[in-house]
Formats: sequence, structure tokens, C-alpha cells
Amino acid sequence: MRLKKIIIIYIFLFSSLYADENNLELMEIYKNLRCLICQGQSIADSNSDFASTVKLVVQDQVKEGKSKEEIYDFLISKYGEWIVYQPALTKNNLLLWSLPYVILVLGGFVIFFIVRKNKHNRAK
Amino acid sequence: MLSNIGVILVFLILASSFLIIYNAYLDIKIKDQIVKKIIYNLSLFQITFTILSFFALIIGFINSDFSLINVYENSHTAKPLFYKIAGTWGNHEGSLLLWINILVLFSFLFLVFNFKHNKKFRLYTLIFQNILIIGFVIFLLLNSNPFSLIYPVPLEGLGLNPILQDPALAIHPPLLYIGFVGCSIYFSAAMASMFSEYKGKEFALSIKSWIQISWCFQTLGITVGSIWAYYELGWGGFWFWDPVENASLLPWFAITALMHSVMVLEKRNTLYAWVIILCLLTFILSVTGTFLVRSGILNSVHTFASDPSRGIYILLFLGMMIFTSLIIFFKKYKKESYNFNLKTRETFILVNNWFMIFFLVTVLVGTLYPIFLDVIADVKISVGPPFYNIVIIPLVVPFLFLMTVGPQFKWINSQNVKFYKTTFIFFGAVIINLFIYYFFENYSVLTNLIFIVAIFLILHCFLDAKQSIYKNKKFEYPRIISHLGFGLLVLCIGINHQYSLEVDFNLKIGENKKINNYEIYFENIKTEQNKNYQSVIGNFKLTDFKRNIVQYLDPEIRIYSDPETLTYEAAIKSKITSDFYLTMSNVSRSEYYNIKFQNKPFMIWIWISAFMIALGGFVQLMLKKNEN
Amino acid sequence: MKINISKIIIFSFVVFFLSIFWLGLKKDNNYDTKNIIGNKISNFQLPSIYNNKFISEETLKENKFTLINFFASWCAPCRAEHQYLLNLSNKNNDIKILGINFKDKKNNAIGFLNELGNPYDFVAGDTEGKASILFGIYGIPESILVNSELVIIKKIIGPINPKQYEEILQLIQ
Repeated sequence: MRLKKIIIIYIFLFSSLYADENNLELMEIYKNLRCLICQGQSIADSNSDFASTVKLVVQDQVKEGKSKEEIYDFLISKYGEWIVYQPALTKNNLLLWSLPYVILVLGGFVIFFIVRKNKHNRAK
Repeated sequence: MLSNIGVILVFLILASSFLIIYNAYLDIKIKDQIVKKIIYNLSLFQITFTILSFFALIIGFINSDFSLINVYENSHTAKPLFYKIAGTWGNHEGSLLLWINILVLFSFLFLVFNFKHNKKFRLYTLIFQNILIIGFVIFLLLNSNPFSLIYPVPLEGLGLNPILQDPALAIHPPLLYIGFVGCSIYFSAAMASMFSEYKGKEFALSIKSWIQISWCFQTLGITVGSIWAYYELGWGGFWFWDPVENASLLPWFAITALMHSVMVLEKRNTLYAWVIILCLLTFILSVTGTFLVRSGILNSVHTFASDPSRGIYILLFLGMMIFTSLIIFFKKYKKESYNFNLKTRETFILVNNWFMIFFLVTVLVGTLYPIFLDVIADVKISVGPPFYNIVIIPLVVPFLFLMTVGPQFKWINSQNVKFYKTTFIFFGAVIINLFIYYFFENYSVLTNLIFIVAIFLILHCFLDAKQSIYKNKKFEYPRIISHLGFGLLVLCIGINHQYSLEVDFNLKIGENKKINNYEIYFENIKTEQNKNYQSVIGNFKLTDFKRNIVQYLDPEIRIYSDPETLTYEAAIKSKITSDFYLTMSNVSRSEYYNIKFQNKPFMIWIWISAFMIALGGFVQLMLKKNEN
Repeated sequence: MKINISKIIIFSFVVFFLSIFWLGLKKDNNYDTKNIIGNKISNFQLPSIYNNKFISEETLKENKFTLINFFASWCAPCRAEHQYLLNLSNKNNDIKILGINFKDKKNNAIGFLNELGNPYDFVAGDTEGKASILFGIYGIPESILVNSELVIIKKIIGPINPKQYEEILQLIQ
């Protein structure tokens, strides 16, 4: 009964928005690019001249059928890695991507040993 | 005149700190349980001087006393009164004075409210807290004095950045500072605990409420900051993983972990060393955060005007804090034995801490890595939202699941806990998710999982609520409210992210644009002259063909003269189901305007659920008060 | 003994962190794209502002050195550097100057050059600004010095100042 109520509420609340695929991809790319002359804003958020120029170039390349990675690579070759918000998986960034997981695994071991030690103690 | 009063008051704060430390040190040696009256009196004087000094600065702003450099640099006679006052703490020097106010306030309140606890412990806490206060006051006097004079006295001020002239931003710093300056007191208490050997359950009880208070305000502060960013900054987002945002989030993870661990210390008298580490870590993270924000080491849209000399001082202070706490911790550390059964509440609290530390490390590494790489390899990279989303979101799935299941277990052991209802609810959540998936847009596997566990948590909280009301277990209410808020937050953010419509296009007056079932018609432009700015207002007609609704949105471009800035005010129509968001900016040397239009489902629910999280904490404080 | 090792490790970490922060304070925050030095410029084709002909990278291969300068009639700092461009074009035959007129109208550009003098051997128009991205430009004025193999040997951000002018002269010896 509760389930039914919830379902009805959901249907009522949601509007069916079938977003345009192309537009979604554009916005995703804009959000991953950094505005070089702004203080920490993406191309999507910035109102600067540079941002509007980059948007034009990205639109052209998307129309040409270039993939996201190709567009990022192109801009990185011109402006350096700083322009992309997602750090690449390179030797330089290895520590960045792996450290959180290393800590996760270490933490898991810590908990495992704490609880296991107790089982051991109780078994005695 | 005001400057002299202000500086004298600050020196008086410094003097009272030294006197308090001296007297407390003497009183520790006296082996009774009564704290000498002089210490109370000195503390009372100290808090009085501190509040008065803050008022002195506020008066300076209200009167537009430009003989004070701080007022000159950050205010203007044309500013509305409310923002003149808020300008007091909207700058580096003033906010530093606010830090000191909260340090002193918490010092005083901790002394007074903890009268039931061990005297040596209370006095050591006072000593350490006052050492912190001295550190900050010296910083203020030497480097960032809000009462510095300027001569000749300018006739007009430079004004406050217009983006900061907003009610949400006016209360954001005080709320946030009660959060991460408030954690200074349990940093000091942790040091005191090690010195006075006041451990275990009593220690837990002495700091519990303070952890709770700082957690509540930190949550509120972050939420209000996000609300401000959404309504004011004109990009339609509320969280950007910007270094300054991360600086406020790092202590939040630590305080949340600590809040849960201190329960274990209280109930089971174990995890003492870990609680101490967390107490120390939290304030260390706060000061690190302040260092990142104020030193200019990072590039961010939020930074205060930066000055490297500040950075050097804060770094020295941070270094001293870290080394001192480490040395004392290693000296006093005694190995503990742990008595954890697998299926217990305390084990699941350990799991919570595990995830909190993971999230903390992720955000810390993401924020600091560019600095490290730049210094070591002279390579500049950017770490932004994609990194944090990729690393954190997958782990939120098991986290929410464990967060739902964990509280079902009892302390010490859970022989009789049955999981029939839990399993039933889980399948209910799966079914609801399938409905959403088929009725509305399809989405990724990860999003499926997120929705499932979030709905699972929400539904189970309703079940828990029903059971705890029925059994009159009032102590469960805070947990249920906060966890429900958290589940709702994740669900709403997920829905918002999945179903948002965002488009970016250029339009001339008289043109229109069709997007899905919407049409946006650019009617005209109006200009207006306001008190301290000129505005260019666009009139847009939004037609929703599906629901046959017509709305008008009027975004603004504001041109301020003092200081000369341009801001973009979004037109936002917030409804229960979704928000419409429209910003307009002019394209240079063109008749075209760049328009960003967004439809964002459930935005209001995101704020409501965030407030709900904080609400749980406040309910906890109220329950404890009634208990006393 | 075990505890001592972990103590040493932890202390070393803390010292390491704090040193990085200290060094980080001294580093410059502003990002510039000096990394493109050493890269080849990409192929391009832009219309001349004077006639219907096109200017491409082929034109540049014929020169020993080319200074590619991005400018616009509405750009105030561009006026400040104009003197140095004129000096370069008059004094030296080894270097040619390609002006790329950024987000501007042809007539305004021609008027600008008539008023201040024309240092450019070629002037191309980039009305939408898209070509600037090809060259790794993010603001104006900006200049790139390339050799006959089209390799970038210097990048100047902002108006050319005396020091940079001397450096260009050195490089084209």
C-alpha cells in the first residue's frame, strides 16, 4: 500500500525530460574544460570571451564527429593539461588516483584485524 | 579613537589569556575539585573584551569610519546598512577577529558548562585553548590588524565585492566558523585529556555536545554556502569541488567520524586513542583549510585577497600545532585492547569511520595534489569535479547500504536481530528504482545502484521512525532524522543530476529558441539605476508546451561602480518539483547575448534534506538538554 | 622498535607536507602556456583582410622567422606594443610578421593600421576567434615566434615589452 502511494507520487512529480544527446555531450565537455583566464571556473560557467571562443571550437569539432577524448587531446596539446579538469592517468598522476584506494584497502585491513583479534580472543 | 579602543581591547584579550594560563597552571597544582574564582572572572573579562572588540569593528563599519584601513578597503557609504555590518566579517582581518571571538567564546562556555568534570582536565583544556587564542591574537596584531589606521583619512571606501552582498553570504561565515573554529575546543580537550589522564566515558561525555554543536553548524554553514552559490553565482550549480569548498568539507568528514566514534567511547569505553586522533585531526584540518584559503597558494573563485605573509604565519602556527600534538600523542599513547564483535553497532561505526576517512583522503589528495606536483615536478594540472565524482560516487553505494543496515545492530552483541523487514524494504527499493527506470529516462548502472540504496535508506528510516515512536525510543530520533536527510540528499542530487536540462546558446532581442518542450522568447532589454549599481534586465518568456504554462524570467547584468565589477544575476523560479534557471551575459562587441537555460528537478529538496541532516543534530542537543 | 619506525615515518610525512606548503607559497599561481614552446603550429587557412586570398602555414615556411601577432582595433594594450612591431618590421629582413586580426571588423582593422602604421607583412582575419585556439592563444595581445620549420621558439603573453623585444632580436640572429 505504501509502495503504491510512493509510486503515484513519483509519477506525479517527475516530468519526462528526454534531453538532447548532442547537447548533453556539449555541456559535459564544457564542464570538463577550465577557463584559463578565470579564477577557477569551467568553460560552461564562465562568461568570458575565451570561454565563448572555446565553446565555438568545441561545437565545430563535435559537428565534425570528433570524440570527447580527441577534443580534450587537441586542447591539451595547445594549452597544457591544466585546461582539463579530469586529470589524465599518467605516471605523474598515479599517486593522485591510487592513494584514496590504498587508504581504503588499508582501512579495511585495520577493521578486519580489530574484529578478527576479538574472535581470536573469545575463542580462547 | 575607535582604532585605539579596538587595539587596546585586543591587547586586553592577550593579557587575559596569559593571566588565565598562569592562574590555571597554579590552580592545577592544588589538589581539590574547585576551580578558583579568579579563573572564572578572568574568563568572563576575556569574553567581554573579545565581544567588545568585535562590536568596535562593527561600529567602524556602520559609521563608515574610513580611518580604519579595513573599513576603507571593504566598505562604502552607499552600501545598505545590513551589508555594512556583514562587511565586518566578509574580509580577512574581520573574519580573523570572528575566529578569535569563537575561540574565546567556546573556551568560556566549555569551562562553565563542564563543571561536573575533572578539574585538572578542565584547566588543561583552558590552557591549551588559550595558547591557541594567543597564537591567533598575535597573528592579528602583527599581520592582519583590522584596527590599523590610514592617514590621511579617505573620504570614501573601496566598497565590498557585490557578490558578497547577499543575506545568505552574510550568515555563512558565522555559521561555518562555529563549526570549524568550534572544533578547537575539543582539540584542546584532547590535549588536556592526555595530560590529565582523564579518559574513557567521562572524557567522551565532556566533549560530546561540543562535537555535536560544531557538526551541526558546520553542516548548516556548508549548506548555506551552497545555497548562496546557487542563487548568487549564476552557474546553476551548488558544489564545484573548489579548493575553498573542499576546505570546509574536510573538517566535516572528520567531525562526522568523531561524532560517531565518541559514542563508542561513551558506550563501550574503547577507541580512546582514535577519538584523540580525530579530535586533533579536525582542528588541524580547519587550520590547514584556512591556510589554503588565505595564503593565495591555490587558484579559486572563492579566495580572499591573498597575501603570502599570511600564509607563512599560518603555516608556522600549523606546524607548531601538528608537531606539539604529535609529540604529546606519542609520549602518552598506551596500547588499547579492542573487544569488537562483528555484528555490533560499534563495528558498523568503525565502518562509518572507514568510509569517512576514505572520503576525507580523496578530497584532501584532490585538493593538495596540484600544489605537490607544481612544487616537485613543475607541472600544473587541474583536479576538478570529474575526479571527485569518479572516485567518490561508486563508494557511496556500499556506504548508504551499510548506513541503513548498521543501526539495526545493537551494542555489544546482536543475537536476536532479525532482518526480514530490512530485506523486504530492500526489494521494495529495487522495485521502485525499476519503475523510475522504465517510466522515465534510462540511466547508467551506477545511477541505478545509487537510487536503490538511497531509496532503501529513506524507506528504512521511515520504518525505524515508526518503530521508535511506537516504542518511545526518543534517543533514536536524531539518528533517524539525519540519516533520512542524508538518504534524501543523495537521492535528490542523483535525480537532479540525471534529469537536469542545461542548454547554452546565443540569442538576439526578438529571437526565440526551442528546446524539447520549452520555448524561450527574448522579448526585450530594460536598464535601471539602483543605489549602488546599474542593471540591464532581460525579459524572457518561457513557454512549457507540455503543461501549457507561460512564465517570465528576468535575468540581470549588474554594473557596480564601487568597486567596478560586473555581476550576473540569474533568474530563478523555484518550485516544489523543479527550478527554472536562466542567466544572460552579453557577448562582447555583438548584439547577441549568451543565454544559459536550465531546468533542475528537486533543487529545493536538496536544501531541505541538507537542513534535515543538521536538524537531527539539533534534536540530539535538545534531547540531551532535557535529559539534564 | 616498531613504534619508533612508524613515528619516524609519520614525522617525516609531516615535515614533507609542511615543506611542500612552504615552497608552494613561493610559486607563481598564474598559469601561462609557455609549455607550447617546442611544438609545431598546426595547419591553418585564414582569409586576408585586404583581398580574397588565403594565408596558410605554407606562407610561413618561406620565411626564416615569422612573428605571429594577435591584435584587434578595440584592444588598448595592442597600441602599446605596436611600436615594437614596427621596429621589427623595419630593422630586420630575417623576420616577417603575420598579424591575425582577432574578433574584429575588417574596416576597423584597416583603419587601425592606417592610424598607427602597418608592421605586418600579412594580415589575416579571425572574425570568430576560432583560429586563436589553434595557436594556443587565450587573450590579446599575444605573439608567437616561429622558425621556418614552423616550430614555436618563443611565446609572449600580453603586449611586447622592451625586454621581450630584445629577446626576439637575440633569437633571430
